[in-house]
Amino acid sequence: MAKIVGGITTSHIPAIGIAMAKGLQEDPYWKPFFDGYKPIQAWLENVKPDIAVIVYNDHGLNFFLDTVPTFAIGAAPHYQNEDEGWGIPVLPTVQGNPEFSWHLIESVMAEEFDLTMCQEMVVDHGLMIPMTLMWDHTKSWPVEVVPLAVNVVQHPLPTAQRCYKLGQALGRAIEAYGEDKKVVVFGTGGMSHQLQGERSGFINKEFDRMFMDKMVDDPEALAKLTMTEFLDQSGSEGAELIMWLVMRGALSEKVNLLHSNYHVPISNTAAGVMLLENTD
Amino acid sequence: MVWKEHDYEKIPGTYVFNGRRAVMGYALNKMCMTFNSEENRQEFLEDRDAYCRKFKLTDEQREAVLEKDILRLLQLGGNIYYLAKFGGIYGMNSQSWGAQQTGMTVEEFKAMLLKAGED
Repeated sequence: MAKIVGGITTSHIPAIGIAMAKGLQEDPYWKPFFDGYKPIQAWLENVKPDIAVIVYNDHGLNFFLDTVPTFAIGAAPHYQNEDEGWGIPVLPTVQGNPEFSWHLIESVMAEEFDLTMCQEMVVDHGLMIPMTLMWDHTKSWPVEVVPLAVNVVQHPLPTAQRCYKLGQALGRAIEAYGEDKKVVVFGTGGMSHQLQGERSGFINKEFDRMFMDKMVDDPEALAKLTMTEFLDQSGSEGAELIMWLVMRGALSEKVNLLHSNYHVPISNTAAGVMLLENTD
Repeated sequence: MVWKEHDYEKIPGTYVFNGRRAVMGYALNKMCMTFNSEENRQEFLEDRDAYCRKFKLTDEQREAVLEKDILRLLQLGGNIYYLAKFGGIYGMNSQSWGAQQTGMTVEEFKAMLLKAGED
């Protein structure tokens, strides 16, 4: 049977990709951020997950505002990265696993989560930046990927509670897969930041620290936050932290925190990275 | 038309991209979506006014595009992720448009963020 070996949170901002392309990992501005990933890279190298379910959002590459699915899942044999107009280098294609994707779809649909199913899907920085932060891709990516896109662009967004519950259904679905596969789940985005309006540059360390603590011990409290509370306290774009709750829902009630790092700023954003492991 | 009011509208300096904004900015965001292609970015740069007219932007939106006024475009229904594709044409990133929206220089804006890290 498949097993969830861990859950990882990570920022996905485009500036990271640009910094990596320029080789700025040791630059004093970036070093405290990139160093926070070394223990996770080592853990991945040791555990060697077969599949990564990546909860992310599309920023106008695969989806436009004509059709905005609240939750969309990839069921394609591969996912290509393309020019998205931000000046980020285009990264190598990632491999999918259609059988596993369709298993997840059937399982969570049976639990009344009505996903949009995508047999063709291009993936943007929201998915690719986390990939580049985790794995060396000089040859090819060492994992298969299932993209799970959450709408965090067009309001109304799904509630935090809905995301958490989807994660719980996803967790059950993964562990019911009848093939021995090691699965890691990523919750991407965040932490506090605001890209738009006169409040641009908003950072809230107190909220972020609270959020990281409760991700470990009390995710249900986070799932009760309203969208207005997110927008107000994490900044308008920080509200994408609801995607972390999908990942957290997929893990067991109690988890071990294996690693975390919090750093401000990277570009306009507070960055939090966490590695969680199921206790059962 | 009667648009529902939301409690998040009280958050200062924040333009939540809801249905009302999506309707207002549809053509503008649709134009920005085309900037995923280098060919379209070049066509835009060759005649920006004509490109805006092709997508039927309002006069106000077209003027704000020509002035590269991100805050104004946001107020006119632009979505920040789509405006990012527009800003990218000019090498603008989240820090340069953040500075523009807050009335700071890019250096001041970056310093504010660094200070947020120190506190």
